[in-house]
Amino acid sequence: MQLASNIILIGGSAGSYTLIAELLEQLPSYFDTAICIVLHRNRQYDTQIEKSLSRKLKKNIVSAFDKLDICKNHVYFAPAGYHLLIEPDFTFSIDSSEHINYSRPSIDVLFETAAQIYKEKCTAFLLSGANTDGAKGLRIIEEFGGRIIIQDPEVAPIRTMPLAGKRETLNPEIWTDSKIVSYFNTLN
Amino acid sequence: MAGLKENLIIEFQDLEEIIYLLQNVSEYDLSGYSKSSLKRRVERFLQVQNMDIVDLKNTIINVKDFQHYFIQELVVNVTEMFRDPHFYVSLKKNVIPYLKTYPQIRLWSAGSSTGEEAYSTAIVLNESEILERSFIYGTDISPRALDIARKGVYPLSKIKSYTENYLQTQPTSDFSSHYTAMYDAAIINKEYRNKVLFSTHNLVTDNAFNEFQLIMCRNVMIYFDKELQRRVLNLFYDSLSLFGFLCLGSKESLYAHDIKNNFKVIDKQYNIYQKIK
Repeated sequence: MQLASNIILIGGSAGSYTLIAELLEQLPSYFDTAICIVLHRNRQYDTQIEKSLSRKLKKNIVSAFDKLDICKNHVYFAPAGYHLLIEPDFTFSIDSSEHINYSRPSIDVLFETAAQIYKEKCTAFLLSGANTDGAKGLRIIEEFGGRIIIQDPEVAPIRTMPLAGKRETLNPEIWTDSKIVSYFNTLN
Repeated sequence: MAGLKENLIIEFQDLEEIIYLLQNVSEYDLSGYSKSSLKRRVERFLQVQNMDIVDLKNTIINVKDFQHYFIQELVVNVTEMFRDPHFYVSLKKNVIPYLKTYPQIRLWSAGSSTGEEAYSTAIVLNESEILERSFIYGTDISPRALDIARKGVYPLSKIKSYTENYLQTQPTSDFSSHYTAMYDAAIINKEYRNKVLFSTHNLVTDNAFNEFQLIMCRNVMIYFDKELQRRVLNLFYDSLSLFGFLCLGSKESLYAHDIKNNFKVIDKQYNIYQKIK
């Protein structure tokens, strides 16, 4: 398995799961990037989402764990109950420090650490959610030269998180659901 | 937050210099810690203290005993009682029956932080009727965390979530029978506090100090890089009796380390291993 030189990050909370499932379903059979997702969820449900998606879609969809290499053609979910971080040697690390924005995993933590490692090779999506996690992380990705995309608050089931993302950043791209899905569909 | 610099970010090079300075002025060696995680802790420290990186370097060199305070703030002390309740179910089912065959049982909670895990284990041992012949050593790098651990006093506000965890461990008693509530705090019963000895131990630099039938080190090695993880796993191997058990966190495993060949997997999901050679 080859290390990915590009990374796509997705942060979502309440109201984002359906879109995440849909865009994963639309992924081509091979893509040259790593996709990494923080989805706020209850710790008790642990890895069921990855397991069922992986079974259904027959793709490399896994729960990230400590010191795992970040590879092309893989989708990683932040494990429930831990922050997910990216290390300078292009591996994951996990951390059970304090909740950020009442969340662990926190979208900000992943975004902020990925920004500094992948710089302009980092693309991030911030989706529906009822809190403001991810907004600061988006700004840091922007500062480090990455590309930032926010789900159109007008179509997001819960717009608090996309709105916070817009407020916090300078030049985010605002995309509809269909544009987001087609982006993943045409990844190569 | 008013008055705090937002999104303070330091360079990895600055982090390396901080690590180097600390090595020079103290016994603390952070060179084997996961860099991104450690860098976030340093950034958080700077933010809370309203310091910049130059202030920090100066303070490390010039202020006596600052390093102890700094290290306490850097290490993650977040823990809870009966974290990952199903781990304790597995412990009771797969490990305790084996421990029962020993006349005396020594356990080591490595990276015990404020003591919640050591006391949770003591409660499980009591329910299994082997607390009498057991003794737990709790060790941590942070003296302040150990002070809290020794007292065994926890905020009552946390007891609710601890109780929810406990209820999932297939308990044979009420959680409230293991502590006494006073005002806004709960103190763990003396029968448990008497069975745990807390002392400082640095996994990075210190060596084996006893032989154990069970070592638990959960959510500690995630902060270490692979090389340091290897050192610590060797230390655990040397500290375990033959057929002793090693319990890691639910997202940690031996799989990337050669030492796995000396262990048998007892529970793959909750990462419980037995030393077999």
